[in-house]
Amino acid sequence: MNKMMNAKTSNMNRIYTSKIWNYFILLVLLFYIGCNTSEEQTVATFSNLVMQDEFDVDGTLNSSLWTYDIGTGMNGWGNNELQYYTDRPENVTVQNGVLIITARQEDFNGAAYTSARIKTEDLFEQTYGRFEARIRVPFGQGMWPAFWLLGNNCNEPGFTWPQCGEIDIMEFRGQEPTIIHGSVHGPEYSAGNAITKSYQLPNDRFDTGFHVFGIEWAPDYVNYYVDDVLYNQITREDVTGEWVLDHPFYIIINLAVGGSFVGSPNSDTVFPQNMLVDYVRVYKK
Amino acid sequence: MKIKKHTYIKITVTLGLILVTLTGCERGLSEEAELATFPTNGDIFIDSFVGGLDYFPFGGSFAEAFSVDQNESFMGTASMRFDIPVFGVGFGGATFPSTGPRDLSGYDALTFWAKASRGADINEIGFGVNGDTNNQYQVTLQNMPITTNWKKYTIPIPDASKLNQEIGMFWYAEGAENAADEGGYTFWIDELKFERLGTIAQPRPAIFNGIDEMLQTVKGSTTTITGTQTFNLGTGEDIMVIAAPSYFNFMSSDESIAIVNERGEVTILDSGKAIITASIDGVLAKGSLTVDSSLNISSAPTPTRAANTVISVYSNAYTNVNVDTFNGNFGGSTTQTTFLKLGNDDLIFNTNVNFAGIQFQNPTIDASSMNFLHLDVFIVSDTSSPSLSFNIRDRGANGELNTNVNTGGPTEDDQQIDFTIPSAQLVSGQWISVDIPLTGGLATQKNNLAQIAFSGNVDFILDNIYFYE
Repeated sequence: MNKMMNAKTSNMNRIYTSKIWNYFILLVLLFYIGCNTSEEQTVATFSNLVMQDEFDVDGTLNSSLWTYDIGTGMNGWGNNELQYYTDRPENVTVQNGVLIITARQEDFNGAAYTSARIKTEDLFEQTYGRFEARIRVPFGQGMWPAFWLLGNNCNEPGFTWPQCGEIDIMEFRGQEPTIIHGSVHGPEYSAGNAITKSYQLPNDRFDTGFHVFGIEWAPDYVNYYVDDVLYNQITREDVTGEWVLDHPFYIIINLAVGGSFVGSPNSDTVFPQNMLVDYVRVYKK
Repeated sequence: MKIKKHTYIKITVTLGLILVTLTGCERGLSEEAELATFPTNGDIFIDSFVGGLDYFPFGGSFAEAFSVDQNESFMGTASMRFDIPVFGVGFGGATFPSTGPRDLSGYDALTFWAKASRGADINEIGFGVNGDTNNQYQVTLQNMPITTNWKKYTIPIPDASKLNQEIGMFWYAEGAENAADEGGYTFWIDELKFERLGTIAQPRPAIFNGIDEMLQTVKGSTTTITGTQTFNLGTGEDIMVIAAPSYFNFMSSDESIAIVNERGEVTILDSGKAIITASIDGVLAKGSLTVDSSLNISSAPTPTRAANTVISVYSNAYTNVNVDTFNGNFGGSTTQTTFLKLGNDDLIFNTNVNFAGIQFQNPTIDASSMNFLHLDVFIVSDTSSPSLSFNIRDRGANGELNTNVNTGGPTEDDQQIDFTIPSAQLVSGQWISVDIPLTGGLATQKNNLAQIAFSGNVDFILDNIYFYE
C-alpha cells in the first residue's frame, strides 16, 4: 500500500513537473504579451513637470498656489450640496506629507456639515497638459470627493458655465466604493448629460489606499487614467456640442457632502471623513 | 453525503515531519520552523460538497430540512435545498463542518448565491460552528433577507488571520417564530465558498452595541462580553455580523480588578474600578464596559424550607421554574437588570429602577396550595425617601396578561395582590426578607400566576424568590 502510494506520488510529481514547465512557458509568453499590451497602452506621454505640490510642509497650504472657496455657494455650489466650506484647519490641513480635507457633521452658519474646497484659480492655470494627483478618498453614503479642472473664464460674459468648460479627472460616490468617474462638461453636454466614463477597480476599492488619478489633455483629446490603466479617451468627435477645452483651466480639489450626484448622508455614514492627497503634479508635453 | 478523505493533509504532515526530523538531526528545531499548514481550499458546495464535508442537523431540527437539489441551481447542476417547516413543526438548522481543518486566513468573506420560494428572512446564517472549539470563531448574520431571485450574499470574516485551522464551514438556523412568520417554504444556496473579494473594508468593531456600559458588580462575579464587526462591502452597503469574543483582543485598565479571557468572560478579582475595551485586528471597538466592583454585599440568607413545600422562581437552593424574563420590557421602563455571582450564589441586580417585571408564562405557576411569596432584597442605593413595591399577577383563564395601560393594574380576568415594603424596613446595605401573603385579588385565583412586577426608586439586588405553603 505504501509502496503503491509512493509510486503514485512520484508519478504525480513527474506530471506536475511537466505541467509546471508548461506553466512556466505560458508565464513567459504572458509576460511578453503583457509588455506588448502596456506598450500599446501608453498611459501618459507628457513628462515636462511644470507644477507640483508634494504637501511636504505641515500646516496651512502653500498660499502662492492654493486659495479657498468659502461658504455654501449658490444653491449648494450648483449641486444642492449640504456642506459649508471653510479654510479652518479642522477642514483643511497638511499633516505628515499629506493634504487632509475633512468633512465634519456639525452645525456651522446654518449648514449641517463642514468641509473644504481648494483651487488654483489665478495662481496656476494652464491650457493642455497632464494633471495628476495621488488620492485616498473617504467612504459612505453622501460623500462626494472630486479632483477637477474648471475653465478660467467662467466669470466672463458669454462664458458662464458650462460654456467655460469643465474636466472632471476624478469624481467618486461614497456609496460606490469601487467606482470613479471621469467627465467633460461643455455647452449641450453638462451636468447629467456630461460625457462620462466610469472605471471600476478590480478586486479592490478606492477608500482603502492611495490611487493616482490623471488626465492627459491635448488639443484634440482628453485621456483618463487610474494608476497604470488608461480607461478612456474623449475626443472632439465624442462631445455632443462645441469643444471648449482650448483655454486655460485651473485645478479644484474638494470634498462635498450630499448634493444631486450622491444624495444625502444617512445614519450609516461615518463622520468625520477624510480625503487625503499625497501630491498634485502637472506636466506639459 | 460525500465524504472525501484528506490524503494531502497526511502527505503534508508527513513531509513536514520528515523535514522537522531532518532539521532536528542537524541543529534542533529552529524558531523559524513553520507548523504544518492546512489546505486552503475555500470551496464548500459548488455542484456537490467540496473537500470533505459533514452535515450535522441541530437538535430539534426538522429532519428532512436539507437535501441536494439536482433540479435547481444558480450555476452548474445542483444546489443546496432547505425546506423550512410551517410554524409549530420545528425549524431547519444545521452545521456543515469540514472533515479536516482548513486554512481560511487568505479569504475575506463567505459568499453564496441564494433564492427562496417566497420572500423571507433567514434567522441566522454564518460559519465557525465547531464543537471541538466551542464555536470559538463563530460568525452570525441575523435576519438575512432572501428573495425569489438568485442573488449573491456576502458574510465577511471579522479577522481572517484567526481562521488558520477552521472546521465550521457553514451553518444556518431558520424557522417560523410565530404563526405570522414565514414557514413552509424552501430556499436554495449555491456556489457556497470562501472568497477573497478585496472589497471588504472599513472595519468598525463594537462591543455592547457600541455603548459605554456601566456595571455595578461585586468581587468574584463574572459577566460576558458580546461583540459585532461591521464592514462596508464593495456594493457600498454596511453589513454587521455577530463576531464570537475570540475574534477580539480585550484590554482591562486594571488587571488587579478585572480580567477578560479570550471567551469574553470578565472576572472581577477585587473591589474597585476597571474599564474593559476591545479591538479586532488592531481596530479599537466602539463601546466599553466600566466595571465598578466596590459594592459591599454578602450572600442572602440560605432558604431553609423543604423543597417539596415551595415553588421557586429564582434561588440556588431550589430547582427553579422556567422564567421568560427577569425584566419584561415594559414601555417607559428605565430599569436595567444584570446578574451578579457571589461565590456560588446568583443574584439579580436592578439599577436605574422605576418599574419592571419578572414574567413566567411558559408555563404559568399554579400556586393553589401556596400561601406566600418570599423575596430577599438588598438595597444598594442611599435614597432619601426610598420606596419599593411588588405586585403578583394571575393572568386568568384567557391565557394573556390584561393590563390597564393607565394604571398598570389588572383588567378582564386578571387578578393581583399589591404589596409595599414599609419604608422603615427599607434600610440599605443589608438583606431584607419580604414575605407577601397571596391574599387580596389572589385569595381565590392563584392558579395562573404569570408575573411579579415591582416599582420603586432604589437600586436593589434580589435573591431567593419562591412561593411557599
